[in-house]
Formats: sequence, structure tokens, C-alpha cells
Amino acid sequence: MKARYILTGAVLLLAAFAAHGAKTSGLDHAGSNVFDTASVQRGAAAFANYCMACHSMQFKRYQRLVQDLNMSEEEVLEFLAFGEQELSDYMVAAMRDEDAEEWFGVVPPDLSLTARSRSPDWIYTFLRSYFLTDNGWDNTVKELTAMPHVLVELQGIQRAVTETREVGDELRTEVIGLELDRPGLMSPSEYDDFVRDIVAFMEYAAEPARLQRERLGVWVLLFLSLFTFVSYLLYQEYWKDVKK
Amino acid sequence: MSETESVDSLQKPADPSRRRLLTAATGVLGAAGVAAAAWPFVSTLQPSARARIVGAPVEVFIGNLEPGQLARVQWRGSTIGIMRRTDRMLSQLEGLNARLRDPDSDNANQQPPYAQNLYRSIRPEILVLNIHCTHLGCVPQVLPEVGPQPFDANWRGGFFCPCHRSTFDLAGRVFSGVPAIANLLVPPHSFIDDDHVIIGVDPEGAA
Amino acid sequence: MAKIANHLNRGATAVSDWVNERAGVGEFYKKHISEYYAPKNFNLWYFFGSLSLLVLVNQLLTGIFLTMHYKPDAELAFASVEYIMRDVQWGWLIRYMHSTGASLFFVVVYLHMLRALMYGSYQKPRELVWILGVTIFLVLMAESFMGYVLPWGQMSYWGAQVIISLFGAVPVLGPDLVEWIRGDYFVADATLNRFFALHVVALPLVLLALVVLHLAALHEVGSNNPDGVDIKANKDEAGRPRDGIPFHPYYTVKDIFGAAFFLLIAAFIIFFWPEFGGYFLKPDNFVEANPLVTPDHIPPVWYFTPFYAILQAVPDKLMGVVLMGAAVLIFYLVPWLDRSPVRSIRYRGWMSKFMLALFCLAFVRLGMLGLSQESSTFELRLWTFVYFAFFILMPIWTSIEKTKPVPERVTH
Repeated sequence: MKARYILTGAVLLLAAFAAHGAKTSGLDHAGSNVFDTASVQRGAAAFANYCMACHSMQFKRYQRLVQDLNMSEEEVLEFLAFGEQELSDYMVAAMRDEDAEEWFGVVPPDLSLTARSRSPDWIYTFLRSYFLTDNGWDNTVKELTAMPHVLVELQGIQRAVTETREVGDELRTEVIGLELDRPGLMSPSEYDDFVRDIVAFMEYAAEPARLQRERLGVWVLLFLSLFTFVSYLLYQEYWKDVKK
Repeated sequence: MSETESVDSLQKPADPSRRRLLTAATGVLGAAGVAAAAWPFVSTLQPSARARIVGAPVEVFIGNLEPGQLARVQWRGSTIGIMRRTDRMLSQLEGLNARLRDPDSDNANQQPPYAQNLYRSIRPEILVLNIHCTHLGCVPQVLPEVGPQPFDANWRGGFFCPCHRSTFDLAGRVFSGVPAIANLLVPPHSFIDDDHVIIGVDPEGAA
Repeated sequence: MAKIANHLNRGATAVSDWVNERAGVGEFYKKHISEYYAPKNFNLWYFFGSLSLLVLVNQLLTGIFLTMHYKPDAELAFASVEYIMRDVQWGWLIRYMHSTGASLFFVVVYLHMLRALMYGSYQKPRELVWILGVTIFLVLMAESFMGYVLPWGQMSYWGAQVIISLFGAVPVLGPDLVEWIRGDYFVADATLNRFFALHVVALPLVLLALVVLHLAALHEVGSNNPDGVDIKANKDEAGRPRDGIPFHPYYTVKDIFGAAFFLLIAAFIIFFWPEFGGYFLKPDNFVEANPLVTPDHIPPVWYFTPFYAILQAVPDKLMGVVLMGAAVLIFYLVPWLDRSPVRSIRYRGWMSKFMLALFCLAFVRLGMLGLSQESSTFELRLWTFVYFAFFILMPIWTSIEKTKPVPERVTH
């Protein structure tokens, strides 16, 4: 019996260990849902319109969208692909790397896996945290980001709310919040939904197999539960022989 | 079994039926589980999404193909020959039956139903053929001219495989008495218009 | 029908007899399975040996299939992993089985080792079983480290950079040694290529051979049990231990149940939580290796963090590496450090229980400290001290404490 307690303790410790790392600080919860096909479709369209001028998804083929997102080949080509691109092509940006280097100083990162390397919450918060300063755009999630606020017409212009505090001898100004200075085409909640769709699409694109994975997983767990149960009965049956 | 029965620490049950049932149930479930788990492993070996895209249908322009000329294209790693046969070539195909192994293309694996005819093609003059020898996969030479050859004094034009000396006529039908036993393969194909053929797509309406 | 069945049966018997006369398969089966008498009082802790074997088989099988699609080339490796995840049919499942299996391997191996420490399974006559086990653990660490480099993400790359640099601490030879391991002036294609060869061919062969020896050595002396009682001391007329039961069917059915339950947990992780909160698959490893950009923080995978913390506790490169190596190698000495007249913790005094608990706490706490960049040096040193105190003071507390009488027969 004692062994069981110790083992339970070990499992709990492991769980605590896991929870320890799951914390992501200071980011808003994206609440995106990759299983909401309509949301992912809207996100795909938004991604194609606003992101793909500069950002690629070098591991993502248009064709996979047809398969996963319930879209017809014609729809994918018409709404998502650029010019001459074909279904079998990867989702590659319109802009050439050399041009990007010249215009922005950096090549915009490939976004195939960003939802996994950062996190959905990071992208969600990042796209909602641009603010205009006297020197141009800045972002509270990624300071002095090289990326301009491409969604400004939708979100409107945010400005920083700052607070100046005395730290030791010097005065320090910190951004404590953002406020909408000039509204865009969307209300703040519409904009949040819009960004949430993009995040859902990027989450899907980072791991297309996830749709299949979780659907199948339910059946695998059900089967293994049954097998565990039957094998437990078998174990008990045989162990009736063993004298105490 | 009798040996273990006498082990001090064990007391065998009088009725083993429940034990048998549970052993069978665990065995069947376990076997089903192993089989289900084996499936993904087996599947990984099939052509991947990339291979399938690379193996997509190929469109070929044949407007500039001269009579008697053979164009070669790659499709799924095979050499596909497209030949515009002359009337003389087509007429040669008749009367060869006695020398052929499968003159009427009865082997349904070697061509789609819409190419099971004398010319083994949709349009009589346009031959679309996977020109890998059906013996061991070499690509035969094309010898369209009529005239004696070292391997056949009575050559009527066709394909000659240098690897093991198999011969085929200008419809890809195999001659008797050579190592190859099947006609050259006609891949699925269809015509988009007069000048374009697409390899890998059946004609509309054909299964 | 009956006639055919009869013929088939006779045929099968003939074939098995033929093989037996030549390869002794039946003897092997008797010795290791049907007439291997294991103590009847194994508890939960005794699942982890067979589970380690299960995970090993999983790693070998999934590994073979991953090898069919993976490209050990610095230019192609990262993309080939994504190719497996996206284009290869079911590739994602095989990959997650392999990546989850790697972490679960260490979970079961650590619990298996703890079992041995609790019940004194390393004591005479099982020293060789223990030595082989510790060697398996060492090889497993090398195997998993090299495997972790293969996806060629940022963590793969910089992890390799850091771990290989540890060899630079070796006096005189250090720099040349590091260059020799890398095969280049930095972690590069050559490094990846050789790690691939070692990971998929050399080390698995060594691992398999060691596992066979580990089991052979175990079956020669017989399994220990939670009471630490020597069941061979009490045999019946036929020479069978009175407290033993045949491994098959009793422990096979028990282990099948254990394996099923374990697979249930593993499947949950594989299908619903493959990153395991960033512990099994790190977020930074979804960024391709880039020698020009160092990540802010390069923690090792969770199963190495206790040892990594010990490295951090020492303010000297060479001493840090020596201490970290010692933390692993010191396990070899346990059979000789333990002077206790009894095996099992059940019949030992409070000091053994306290020290083992403290050691576990130190191990887990070091693991947590090794993950963070901002761990306090004081705490790192405190737990490092506790970690080593467990081993170094073992001869003392095991010999002075008062033990309880060990029963003659196993209890339940």
C-alpha cells in the first residue's frame, strides 16, 4: 500500500513540475479554436490579405487547405493564393527576401511554426499591442519590432499610457497600458475576433495534423481503457491462484 | 501445466472457463490493438503528399510532333513516349497477330479500357506509352523502320529492348518468344484539345 | 477439419522440435519465462523494468521508421522533420511516439532506479545487475542527447554547443577534443551527421546488448523483492523457491495490465499534449538552428536538468564538469557504499528512510533549479551538497542505524 502513496506522490510532483513550466506571463488569452473551421477559414483569408505580402509559410501547401478546411480548390486559389501560384505550391510571400532586407532591415520570419515557437497567446497579444510614438510604431510585446502595424486601418491608432516613477535617483517612464486614440474600421471586440481568427489559422498551420490527432485520440483512449480494464480482470483472475 | 500446479504458493482454480474467456478477450483485443498500431507504420511507406504532388498529371504539348516522331516526357519517374504514328505505321499493326503474345490486349492491367483496341490508343495516330520494358524495366530503343534487324529478319517496326532482347510492335504489343510477357503499359491519359495531352488523367466519363 | 488441424499441429510440433534441437529456444523459454520463479510479492514499483523494455521497443520501431524519412543534413534536417509531420502519412504519429517515448523512457528508468535504491536491489549478489543498469543509464543519456540534436532546431543546436563545450574542460586536450567531437570548428553538418550515425546505429546496438546482459545477470541471481528476502533460501523438494511463482503466466498478465495502463497515459500525451507544456518538445526547437542567433535561455531537456544544476552550482568549469560527471558515476559505487545488513527499506531504520526521501527531494529540486536561469547559487549548492551527502555518508548511516528483523518468508 505504501508503495502506492509514494508513487502517487511522484506523479503529483511530476504534474507540479509540468505546471511549473506552463506559465506564460503577461499575455492575453487568445481563446482561438483550431477546430472551428469557419474561424480558421476567415483567419486564412485574413492571413493571405494582410500577412502574406511579406511573410511566408514555407512548409504549408495550398493543397492541404483544400483537404483540411472544407474549401474547394477554386476558392483556395481565388481567395488565398497569389497570382500564378498553383495548389501544389507552398504559401510563399509575394515579397522577395532582398527587397525585405532593404525595406525593413530584416527578412520577415517564416510563420509556418510561429504558433508553436511563440504561442497562440503571444501572437494574439502581439497583434493587439501596437502603439504609435513620436518615433513611429512600437509594441509592448516585442519592443521596437521591425514590423509595421499592418492592421492599423482595422484597429485604429493606439497610444501608450505611461507612468513616471522614481527609481532610486532617476525618473523612469513605463508603459502601463494602451488606449485607442483614433478608432479604426473595426470596434475593439470585432478586432479581437479578427485577430483570434488569424491566430486560429496560424495554430492550425503550425500543426495541420492536430485536427486528425485529437479526433483519433479519443478513440485510441477509449480502446486502451477497455484493454486496460480487460487485462486487469485477467490479472486478477490469475492472481487468485497466488496464496497470501 | 502440471508442474506449476504443485508450486507451494499457488492454488489452481477448479473451473478455468472464466480464465479462458478473459485470456481470449485480452488476446483478441491485444491483437486488434497491434494490428491497428501497425497500420500507421505500414502507411508511412506509401507515397507521401510530396511524392503525390510530384506525381501529379503532366500536360504535354503535341502540336509540333511530326508524323513518325516520338517525344519523351517524365511522369512519376517513368519515361512516357508519345508518338504520332503515320498511316503506314498503323497499317503495319494489322496482320501481326500470329507473332504476338497478346494481340488483342486482353491483359487489362496493361492499358485502360479506353485504349483496348488495335492501336492501343484513344486517337489511332497518337500513341501514349510507358516505354519501360515489361520484363525488367529498361527503356527499349525505338526502331520504327521496316527492314531486317539482327534480332528479327522480318522486322515491321517497333521497340527493341537491348537489355534482354524483348521486342514490341508500334502499339507496344509484345512479340512471342521474348523474355517480356506483357504488352507495354498505356498510362491513363486524355486529350485537353487537339494539341494537348494530359498524362495521369482519364478521359471524362471513363472510369 | 479435425484431421487437418491434427496434421497442422503435428507439423508445428515437428518444426519447433527441429528448431529446439538446434537453438535451444525451449530451454531459453523455460529459463527466462515459464520456469523463471519470481517472488510473489512484487508491488507497483516492479512494473518499471518491463515498461522500460516496452519503451525501448517503441523507440527502436518508431526510430527505424523515422530514419526512412529524416535527412541527416544541416541544410535539410529541420525541413525533413516538418516533412514527416505534414507530408508523410501518419508521420506525425510516429514522430510524437518517438519524442514522447524519449521522455517517458527517463520517467520509467528513474522510477526503476528509485525502486532499486528502496529495496536494496543492488546489494550482493546483484552488484553486476546494478552496474549494467547504471551503464544502460549512461548510454541512454548519450543516446537521448544525440537524438535531441537531430531535429536541428535552435535548442538542438545550442544544446549541442553547450554540452560538447563541456569536454573543453578537460585539461590540455580540451580544445582539440571538442573539435574532434564536432568534426568542424563549430557545431555543423559534420556533427549532425555523426550524431545521426551514433544515434540510430551504434548506441542502439550497445543499448540492446547491455539490456540483454542486464536481464541475463538478473535471471542468473533471481529477482529481489520488496521484503529483500532471498526466496532461493527456501526451496521445495523440486528445487523451486516456495515464495516464487512462475513468471509466466503470473507476471506476464500483470505486466500486460501495467503496459496497458502505461500506454493509456502515453497515448493521452501523444494525442493531446505532445509538447507536454514545453518539457517534451521545446518551443524554441520549432525554430530552425541558427548559429548566428543564441536563444536567451538554453535549458537542457527536463531529464538532464538535475545534473545540469550541479554543473551550475560550481564556479569553475573543470570542477563543474567533474562534479556533474561524478553525480552520474557515483551510482556505480552504491553496492559498496551501502553497509546495511538488510536490503529493503521496510526493515531499515529511520535514517535510511529519511536520507532516501531527502535524496529524492534534492534530485527533483535540482531538476527544477536546472531549468531556470535565475536559480539562487545558495540553493543550487545546498541541494548539490545533499545529493552527494546521500552517497558519501551512506557507509555511515547504513552501518550505525538500527534495523528491524527481516522475516524468513516474503510478506504481502
